Amino acid sequence: MALLRLFGDDDFVSRMEQMQREMNRLWSAAWSSSPMGSGVFPAMNIYDDGESFIARAELPGIKSEDIDISVAGKTLTISGNRTIEPVGESETYHRRERKSGEFRRAFDLPDLVDANKVMAHFSNGVLEVVLPRAEQAKMRKIKINTK
Amino acid sequence: MTAKERRELEVNQKKEVDTRAGEPTRAGVWYVPEVDITESDDAITLYADLPGVRPENLDIDVRDDVLTLTAEVEPISENRKLIWREYDIGGFQRRFTLGERVDQAKINATMKDGVLTLTLPKAEEHKPRKIQVS
Repeated sequence: MALLRLFGDDDFVSRMEQMQREMNRLWSAAWSSSPMGSGVFPAMNIYDDGESFIARAELPGIKSEDIDISVAGKTLTISGNRTIEPVGESETYHRRERKSGEFRRAFDLPDLVDANKVMAHFSNGVLEVVLPRAEQAKMRKIKINTK
Repeated sequence: MTAKERRELEVNQKKEVDTRAGEPTRAGVWYVPEVDITESDDAITLYADLPGVRPENLDIDVRDDVLTLTAEVEPISENRKLIWREYDIGGFQRRFTLGERVDQAKINATMKDGVLTLTLPKAEEHKPRKIQVS
């Protein structure tokens, strides 16, 4: 009976999906303490479009001049500072959920990148760093010659 | 620098909107944006972190004293394969109840670097007044 009720719930699928995402989240949280990443902020996603790795991080309210990005070998380092203007004397806080402070994050990419061609841009509070693979790291298609 | 000044940021996992509460009304993954709310004599100001939201994709709806922020985020292009994930991407939604103190016709919104600043001026009759003693 309980089972029937469970599956009769319209929300069941969406709850399952939510649970699944929660599991994924916990899983990646466990990963971030692995040697692959040092430091904790910002959370980063890495994409691969075949040519380049693309690192993205959500950094709302941070000015681009307050972010430092460097690449050495396979390691991408992002550091910076988020400042939130304190309220004036005549103002009071009702809620204070947004955080400020310094951050530094080093990340090892799966392959060598061409440090001279790394591009970064910042739009709507999301940092995107495009890191083209180094020539020697690019996969080459080998043509098979037929006689 | 003192230890107090050197505050280090830590990852704050995005909090999903609780679908059991009957919201949001649209499909997809929705997160609760982090906000600061401050009050001065003249206005209440709300700051919301909405990373990845273009100003044109933000909807601010006020009805029956409830202000609803709904922000859509564009998905990552399909030719980019995710190889390492530490955060999920989704829209943002959050509701706030406005007191009678807010002059709803004068709400003003600006968006910069993924941060929404919403100014909610107080209605004239709710601004504090100094009473002169004669």
